[in-house]
Amino acid sequence: MVPTSHTVTAFDEDMKFLAHKIAEMGGLAERMVESSIRALIKSDIPLAQKVITDDLVLDEAQATLDDKVVQIIAQRQPVASDLREVFSTIRIASDLERIGDLAKNIAKRVVAISERGHSVNLVRGIDHIGDLALAQLKEVLDAFGSRSVTRINMVRDRDDEIDAMYTSLFRELLTYMMEDPRNITTCTHLLFCAKNIERIGDHATNIAESVYYIVTGEHLSAFRPKEDKTHKIVVDQPDA
Amino acid sequence: MTDATAATGAPAQARRPFASLLTLDEHTKRRNATEARFKAYGLAAVLAGLFFLVVLFVSIISNGIPAFTRMVVELDFTLTQAQFDEAESQLLKTGAYQGYFVEGFDKALEERGVEVEYDAAVLDRLIGKVGGIMREFYAANPDKIGEEVVFELPTSSRVDGYFNGRLKREDVSDSRFLEASDLDLADELYEAGIIKSDFNWTFITGADSGVDNPGGAGIGASVVGSFFMMIVVLALSLPIGVATSIYLEEFAPKNWFTDLIEVNISNLAAVPSIVFGILGLAVFIQFAGLPQSAPLVGGLVLTLMTLPTIIISTRASLKAVPPSIRDAALGVGASKMQSVFHHVLPLAMPGILTGTIIGLAQALGETAPLLLIGMVGFVARGYPDSFLTGFTEANSAMPAQIYTWAARADASFYEKAWGGIIVLLLFLMTMNIIAIILRRRFERRW
Amino acid sequence: MKTMLTEADNTVATVPAAGPRDTKIKARKVQVYYGDTHAIKDVDVDLEDKAVTAFIGPSGCGKSTFLRCLNRMNDTIDVARVEGEITIDDEDIYDKKVDPVQLRAKVGMVFQKPNPFPKSIYDNVAYGPRIHGLAKSKADLDVIVEKSLRRGAIWDEVKDRLTAPGTGLSGGQQQRLCIARAVATEPEVLLMDEPCSALDPIATAKVEELIDELRESYTIVIVTHSMQQAARVSQRTAMFHLGELVEFGDTKEIFTNPTEKRTQDYITGRFG
Repeated sequence: MVPTSHTVTAFDEDMKFLAHKIAEMGGLAERMVESSIRALIKSDIPLAQKVITDDLVLDEAQATLDDKVVQIIAQRQPVASDLREVFSTIRIASDLERIGDLAKNIAKRVVAISERGHSVNLVRGIDHIGDLALAQLKEVLDAFGSRSVTRINMVRDRDDEIDAMYTSLFRELLTYMMEDPRNITTCTHLLFCAKNIERIGDHATNIAESVYYIVTGEHLSAFRPKEDKTHKIVVDQPDA
Repeated sequence: MTDATAATGAPAQARRPFASLLTLDEHTKRRNATEARFKAYGLAAVLAGLFFLVVLFVSIISNGIPAFTRMVVELDFTLTQAQFDEAESQLLKTGAYQGYFVEGFDKALEERGVEVEYDAAVLDRLIGKVGGIMREFYAANPDKIGEEVVFELPTSSRVDGYFNGRLKREDVSDSRFLEASDLDLADELYEAGIIKSDFNWTFITGADSGVDNPGGAGIGASVVGSFFMMIVVLALSLPIGVATSIYLEEFAPKNWFTDLIEVNISNLAAVPSIVFGILGLAVFIQFAGLPQSAPLVGGLVLTLMTLPTIIISTRASLKAVPPSIRDAALGVGASKMQSVFHHVLPLAMPGILTGTIIGLAQALGETAPLLLIGMVGFVARGYPDSFLTGFTEANSAMPAQIYTWAARADASFYEKAWGGIIVLLLFLMTMNIIAIILRRRFERRW
Repeated sequence: MKTMLTEADNTVATVPAAGPRDTKIKARKVQVYYGDTHAIKDVDVDLEDKAVTAFIGPSGCGKSTFLRCLNRMNDTIDVARVEGEITIDDEDIYDKKVDPVQLRAKVGMVFQKPNPFPKSIYDNVAYGPRIHGLAKSKADLDVIVEKSLRRGAIWDEVKDRLTAPGTGLSGGQQQRLCIARAVATEPEVLLMDEPCSALDPIATAKVEELIDELRESYTIVIVTHSMQQAARVSQRTAMFHLGELVEFGDTKEIFTNPTEKRTQDYITGRFG
């Protein structure tokens, strides 16, 4: 979607830097999410530690990117597609940073969960929802890289899937807790992990929307069916 | 990031070897030398020009100054009523006055203790027949009879020439005009203070004299002729020229016809003036029947000649007015004419005036066409009777007068010609100074 | 959350518009020829009353030419020929009965280079009212001059030296004087041909502020080379290229999401 280059080549370089930085942050966030889920499943504490330190790198990358954006706005006064790209870049960066935070949060819980030990059954659902969220993240980062909007709606559909899965995971974990109160600590942590992963999916969807805005200049239609129905789930109605 | 861009963006280029700025390289030296040579040529050209200018001025002034002075015989003289009556009763009245003059002259010599032998004929040769001058004077001023009157009588042109160096004693061959011995008397009289140098008012105020009387020749009548011509030229060429330029520059559509007019105006400026002269002769005198040699006709011819100059300079100054001023006027809703007359013309005025004055100055110095319409020098025999007849009475103009003098055989006319040139140059200089003053006065920034 | 944001955007958008605006100038199928050159091709545009419309586009795209059609300044160029229809208040300004001089009193113009007359500040402003007979007396004229200079936001700077030459002011002051001179004839439309291109940023800001104030009373059309300026001062923007009107729409829209690729490339600095 950038068919011709700017007359001022330094402007192009600036814009390339932004895209590059986002790709870099995206790659890092993706790795962090993947690692945190793996650490959770395998109770791999060193891997969890790695995720926690990686978050610092991600935060730093976001700060660099923010500085660059401020400089571009001051120097180049971007308009139209450039403006949309610069503006969306900030939002994407902040989404990625949030994704990093969420991954870090999962990694922190790994320590608490692994102390108690847990059965594979408990984390199977997490593994599955994590795979979905990761695929989602990969998809939007590809969409950003190629500035293509063809798969954006697919991303949103898949977010609905994640939401649905989160709802069922919520019920499942609730059931485990009711079956055996000893599971409550682990399951609560896992519940938060599941929530974090669901939010990662939301952030990925946000990124998809930002990409859509960059490319088309329009916002995706605001109405978006929510499949996360956990707010309606109540304990005294276990099979609702 | 930006640094990295700059580094990678710059094409790999071999750097020039280090060169100190404190030493000149070969190329710079050559360049400087060329520049210095060029400046020297320019200076030489200017100096050469200055040199010729100085030579010109010196020769004009040294040759022309004598025209402004003349040698006069100054004599106190008293004519009694009895002498007057007696002279008037005689048959040869001027002869009688001549006799009185010789008596008076003798007396003056005695008073100053000059003892020279001379006869009446010598006096005739030195100062001519003065009896006529005296008679005219006393006839005009009878109340001066009995009083002492100081007469200043111009000496003959040869005596004039002798004193201002034009005539050398060894070149004098005895003739009926002058004999070598006469000069002894002249020298004596000069030492006694009877012959002395005086400002030649006749040259400034007089009219052209006969071929044999250079002493009585003056440029005044021709100045008046030129003046009337200039009035005609100014009155016709300024309005016609400016109107033409405004129309062509601001209003005329651009088509082949206006192009043709433009080309013709430019070409007209380069037409030799004598062509205008013959045109004037054919059209104004032979066809229209206007009087020959009249400043009116001269003015008409010079108008034709001046028009292209004025039109070209006016158009140039109209063009020089920035279009933004026209736009501004049109933008607030001024009509074309309002924009021209309220804004463009005032700004172009200094240029127009300068052009006009330069054109007038050119016309003032023009000779050839005047000769063709009969405004030759000897026509300027006196002043016009009134302002109006000044346009139609036969007269000459300064350059034509100068030409006529220069062509005459008597060498003392030659110095009159130079003197005339000085007068002409003074007029031209005055006009140019007026042009400069007007330019300064009207010039405005925009 | 998202819905909220979009709503907020819409409210901001309606503020400058303040209800539907009337069309002041309507151009249909306008063609301009300079001799054999087809300088303006098929331009259709509706310019709104009490709004600033900016014409942008690369050099030689015809934006100034089109601007000069609106007060028939092109009439002064012999080889220029205008076809099509331009109406102001539904009156065809190229009708044979229309006197361009009368039109130009109604459609004032401010030029690229500040061009005050080499006269006093007072006379600069008084000239238009004088030739149009707007003032009955000297006192009337004084009132008009003061009012115009106030409108031009320059009164305070020049009120003590009205007899000083207008050419002695600074560039920005000169341009505001020219604006004051243009409004002195009580025009309804103000055309501005790159009014700030010769001014420094402070003077530019003052003129832009002035344009924003004048918007309440006039239909303003401004040609500018500065995209930022077009974005700052105008409500509507028209993009010209090679004599064609490429895109015409709300300034907000043009500068965030232009429809045409040529507009996009031009305003983002990609024109090549």
